[in-house]
Amino acid sequence: MKLFVNGKEIDVPAAAMDKRIVEFLREDLDLTGAKNACDIGACGACTILVNDEPIRICIKRVKDFAGQRILTIEGLAAADGTLHPLQQAFVDCGAIQCGFCTPGMVLTAHAFLLKNPRPTREQVRRAIFQNLCRCTGYQQIIDAIEQAAPHYQREERGLQSASASKKPAAKKSSKDTALANVEAG
Amino acid sequence: MPELDKKSWRNDAYAKVTGRAKFTDDLKFANLLHAAPVYSDYVHAKLIAITTAEAENFPGVIKVLTAKDVPGANRFGQIIRDFRIFADDKIRYHGDVVAVVVAETREIAIRATQLVKVNAEPLPAVLDPEAAMLPGAPLVHENHGTNIVKTHVVRRGDVEAGFRQADFIVEENFQTQTVEHAYMETEAAVCVPRSTDGVIEVYGSMQHPFSTRRFVAACLGIPLSEVEIIGTPMGGGFGGKDDTAAIVCARTALAAKLLNRPVKMVYRRDWSMRESYKRHPYRVHYKMGVTKEGRITAVQCRIVADGGAYCSVTPWVTWRSTVQCCGPYVVENVHCDTFGVYTNNVVAGAMRGFGSPQMNFVIEQMVEIAAQRVGISGIEFRRRNMVRQGSVTITGQKLDGHKVAMEQALDTVLREMDYEKKLAKCAHGKGDADELYGIGLAMSYRGVSLGAEGVDFCAAIINAQADGSIFVEVGVHENGQGSESAMSLLLAEELGVDLNRIRYRRSSTSNIPDSGTTVASRGTIMGGGAVMLAARELKKKIAEAFSEKLGCAADKVRFKDNFICGRSDTDRIAFDDAMRQMWQMQQFPFALGTFKAPRVSWNEHTGQGDAYFTWVYGCQAVELTVNKKSGKVKLLNAVAVHDVGRAVNPEMVRGQIYGGMAMSAGYGLYEEVKAPDGKMTTLNLNTYRIPRSMDLPEMKAIIIENPDPVSPTGAKSIGEPANEILAPAIANAIFNATGQRHFSLPIHLGAVPEPTICGEGCK
Repeated sequence: MKLFVNGKEIDVPAAAMDKRIVEFLREDLDLTGAKNACDIGACGACTILVNDEPIRICIKRVKDFAGQRILTIEGLAAADGTLHPLQQAFVDCGAIQCGFCTPGMVLTAHAFLLKNPRPTREQVRRAIFQNLCRCTGYQQIIDAIEQAAPHYQREERGLQSASASKKPAAKKSSKDTALANVEAG
Repeated sequence: MPELDKKSWRNDAYAKVTGRAKFTDDLKFANLLHAAPVYSDYVHAKLIAITTAEAENFPGVIKVLTAKDVPGANRFGQIIRDFRIFADDKIRYHGDVVAVVVAETREIAIRATQLVKVNAEPLPAVLDPEAAMLPGAPLVHENHGTNIVKTHVVRRGDVEAGFRQADFIVEENFQTQTVEHAYMETEAAVCVPRSTDGVIEVYGSMQHPFSTRRFVAACLGIPLSEVEIIGTPMGGGFGGKDDTAAIVCARTALAAKLLNRPVKMVYRRDWSMRESYKRHPYRVHYKMGVTKEGRITAVQCRIVADGGAYCSVTPWVTWRSTVQCCGPYVVENVHCDTFGVYTNNVVAGAMRGFGSPQMNFVIEQMVEIAAQRVGISGIEFRRRNMVRQGSVTITGQKLDGHKVAMEQALDTVLREMDYEKKLAKCAHGKGDADELYGIGLAMSYRGVSLGAEGVDFCAAIINAQADGSIFVEVGVHENGQGSESAMSLLLAEELGVDLNRIRYRRSSTSNIPDSGTTVASRGTIMGGGAVMLAARELKKKIAEAFSEKLGCAADKVRFKDNFICGRSDTDRIAFDDAMRQMWQMQQFPFALGTFKAPRVSWNEHTGQGDAYFTWVYGCQAVELTVNKKSGKVKLLNAVAVHDVGRAVNPEMVRGQIYGGMAMSAGYGLYEEVKAPDGKMTTLNLNTYRIPRSMDLPEMKAIIIENPDPVSPTGAKSIGEPANEILAPAIANAIFNATGQRHFSLPIHLGAVPEPTICGEGCK
């Protein structure tokens, strides 16, 4: 069985198939960004993206994800360590305190903005309903998601123009946009 | 290098937003063992025997630890040494731990906990704090002689005479609930016996490394120097990562020491909920005399705090409640009796607010009730009684060493909210609409730091390097609030250097002097004070080293823009060059700063004294609607105004305010630890409901800056002030919406919305 984690193909040993996937990621792959905080799917600290959908994985097994495309928080920043504009917005807006909910929160917001790059503030508030944070009162998290939205709008336009003109080069703009955003912000 | 953005800068933001920050459970060591606690199903019982053989024979189990394995003190505590590392004579509450199973894997450890047998003789449990105070009640701690842990009083003026001067007497009973901190990260420890020198290294989720060190050293019977607590990112504390966190570390360290292997114990949420100490539930009888002019003549109150099975910090929590029992109001005649009481309920200890959220829920409703009797607005009533510059508090402390900003905070909220106009629109239970509108506010003052509760001083070490980079470390702990960042910002500013020169050194109890616990909203004022004094010391050393070269007296040397300057900006030496030269001069650019809290005083017989060395002032208001049919409360908008002295990191200050308001909204409307018969049923985040994004309104945080002369940085506090007044503001708004007063927390109005978010694992 294979998993596709942060763009890498992972061969899952048979013995690991019945493991909780959160343990597999944390222990076997050393991707400790996904946190255990409730073990019942109530808090969202373990959220990862599976085919761009936010999934609370603490109650799931490795075998539930055969062949699926997984993104953990470790896979969101650029390979050179440059923060994704959404991450940068979390930093800039003061949306991080203790940081324990942050990975799940960022990924939930990322999935949301991929689908809804022009959200209202109320939609943003609703989008993170499944992720608990005890430090921030969510206010600066919502600010950060709103602040990052224009990046996703540009990405969306980039994708549209790429598919219209069939130019593969258009997709490459992701990192340039990220850097431009950092400099501008 | 470009200067970093100081507005929201955090030294740990990058690590946290990329998932690279390593919390305790993320740490890995070779040959790691795992531990799990064993509870019994008793609430109060005499312990006869614990049988561990079956568990110890379970494949993969290495050892089962009980009280008999403790080489040092099994009983410890910060005030009274009554906490048990393991239950030894009795089981005093449902969260008492009788044993810890250590195994090759966490799963095995957890499975084997079921095999430990506890033989005990049930005793009558006392679960009602009032009943616990009566003669003949079962004693939780026989050797204490009574269930009353501690009493405090305020005796000021003549309360009977004060009531005789009054035109109205208002008198009510209030009750508050047990609440859980609900930090996202549960208690966790990894303890590693260092092979080179036998020191036990402790990595853990805690907000008091030095207290944890005392617990560990006492339990193991070894000197403080043989335990090293290494600072580890903490996933939330809110006052809750002190005693229980320390005990979890002590048990884990014991396992590591005895087995000579690294051991990890990460609490499952249900263990954390069941065992960890909570915010005290209070019962308060409050009587207030007022004149027809709206002046308070007297207050008499009786406060009973349920401290649960062990002392923890109950005497300190109830002391703050006593000192602040009249809120920010001048009252000449006060008679307050406060009792902290042992029961067989879950332990109560420190939680953000520390005895003030309970009292403010009472006081801020009482002033509105009194105002209504007098026939004036709650705002006007507050104005006629609030503390002002030079006022004397109910403990006899004159407020003149700092700006008394109570009215400034109130006025700012009124203006920002357009409050009085909106007040006129409140429904008061009338009208045809389903949604009843209300607005309400509450305000408080708060003594900063520990006050007469305890020893209060803090250290900072600055160690500049020969290339101009700088290490700083401070004896307060990063709880997630941004303490390390605030300390770094203060240092950069004071030394006139770029922030990116400064590296906050990961703390270790073996390096920095014991500077107390990072509680009581004391991190910025005490830690920042120490940084400032260390920086001044360092600057003095540097100035003396270069005054001759700069051609001016040492006290005229200035530090700006990464240069050390003489009289003019052109007579200057680059900071990094200066550091290199100091090395050649055989001088260390090194300084230790110690900030000691200014003098405080307390007479425990009269309840009089200068309780705190300074105070902060805050006011919060909230708009809401109440659905007539469902009783659902919808928060629409909230504003907070706080005088913080000086905002070192404004975005972080706002973050504290928003988070504090959110927690207080939960306190007001949702949160309640339920434990019928002493056995907790709210054991996870599905049944213990903390606010979700949709439960909260848009919030606005307004910072007032009146730099405080007693604080070397001018900064004061925000963590707890932010968390102590939204619940009473909500109560007042609900009254203005419905015409109904609510005297107990959380406020239930008819049908209560149930949490809807839950995975397959939820029942």
